[in-house]
Amino acid sequence: MRELTIPLSDEAIRSLKVGDPVLLSGVMLTGRDAAHKWMVETFIKKTRPPQGDDLEVYQAIQPLLEAGAIYHCGPVVAGLDTRQYRFVAAGPTTSTREEPFQGDVMRHFKVKGVIGKGGMGAKTLTACQEVPGVYLHAVGGAASLIAQTVRRVLGVHKLDFGVPEAMWVIEVKDFPAVVTMDAHGLSQHAVIEQRSKEKLNELLATEY
Amino acid sequence: MQDLTEPILELVRLAATDLPPDVEKSLRIAVEQEEPGSAARSALETILKNVEISRANSTPICQDTGTPIFYVHYPEGWSTRKLRAQIESAVATATQKAYLRPNSVDSLSGKNTGDNLGGAHFPTIHFEEIDGDALTIDLMLKGGGCENVGAQYSLPDSKIGAGRDLAGVRKVALDAVHQAQGYGCAPGILGVAIGGDRGSSYLASKETLFRKLDEPSPNPELAALEERLTGEANQLGIGPMGFGGKTTVLGTKITSLNRLPASYFVTVSYMCWAYRRRRMTWEGGQVRYE
Repeated sequence: MRELTIPLSDEAIRSLKVGDPVLLSGVMLTGRDAAHKWMVETFIKKTRPPQGDDLEVYQAIQPLLEAGAIYHCGPVVAGLDTRQYRFVAAGPTTSTREEPFQGDVMRHFKVKGVIGKGGMGAKTLTACQEVPGVYLHAVGGAASLIAQTVRRVLGVHKLDFGVPEAMWVIEVKDFPAVVTMDAHGLSQHAVIEQRSKEKLNELLATEY
Repeated sequence: MQDLTEPILELVRLAATDLPPDVEKSLRIAVEQEEPGSAARSALETILKNVEISRANSTPICQDTGTPIFYVHYPEGWSTRKLRAQIESAVATATQKAYLRPNSVDSLSGKNTGDNLGGAHFPTIHFEEIDGDALTIDLMLKGGGCENVGAQYSLPDSKIGAGRDLAGVRKVALDAVHQAQGYGCAPGILGVAIGGDRGSSYLASKETLFRKLDEPSPNPELAALEERLTGEANQLGIGPMGFGGKTTVLGTKITSLNRLPASYFVTVSYMCWAYRRRRMTWEGGQVRYE
């Protein structure tokens, strides 16, 4: 089991290989569909001018993302009325929806850890080699268990996106995940996809 | 009419936080079949640990508490209008209590309503009047990750080589499992509907998921196909979370509907391992849960 601390060093990232189990500690940011679309449109492709608190939020998240980690997660949060936020359930969401955005976000912010489930595609894998970064697979649905590794909720941005889509700043201790895409161009997901395809073709060729 | 808001709130809590025994049992068998030290085994161990924590702490098994799908079977004399209001009230309270994540989003504005209510279809409630004195409410929480990998095929499908028979059904169901990879939180459970129109086929593919894992189809031919599909899907090697391994699906449920002469739909609803479904029965002023 490898222990990783945020901020993540290039050296630590490059030393990770597909299949390595890790325990992640430090401060990270949740972000999923709305957050990725917002980051890319407002600050990377700039197809939409910043508005409201956009610039303020950018200033706040930029240092967290640099050499940091982004977690594809829409948590269940207690304490919404008192703002004494606490993560109750916080497993990963399906990452592939961020495939159109993730590589650009990684390069722009120098994000070195992308955490989610289901894996990502070729664009993200290329970004993992360039930045360098890794994709860390958390166990989908293990929400209560993962929430226990969230020691504190330090804040939230863009709560108007809704609780699941907001960007939550969290401090985690020993967050469990497995490296399934590394900085050396290897993706466990591409391997399994290919292997299961061969088996599928074999099965489809057999008679009923 | 009796106010069932409180018992329904308990139904929601139970569904969100306490995995049904048949599903947990199936996961416990699966973990023993994976190689010691493998990522697949470790994922299943984490899943089982999470199930225990969720039950002990009354916290959601998965943060995606999905679309709450209710099926209400009521004896003559109940008001569906009042039952709907009670279900909605229980859902809103369950959201406040963090048993449910606020999941109802306006598709046009992107605004989350914050209370899991919204329009006539959120939550989803089906009513059916029945004989007898017992009112039952079945609830399924189906998350978005697994919902997104559901698929519908119109047979014949020349790309897959699937014709209008059970051989064709088998082929497209296997294709759906391959397409799903680990995205739908494998090991999954397949709900397969043969026939119907596009809408009724999707509905039936979900309804069949209310059957217990050890409850095969009453039709022997479909029961045999259920068993075969589970076995063959597990040969694909996708494994828990798509990490590779022996457990890709925990079970298969197949149902059939009459169809139009021109149509032959096969619909596959994929349910994640967090197969959250519970039933409450209200009879003689008493509630019981299973």
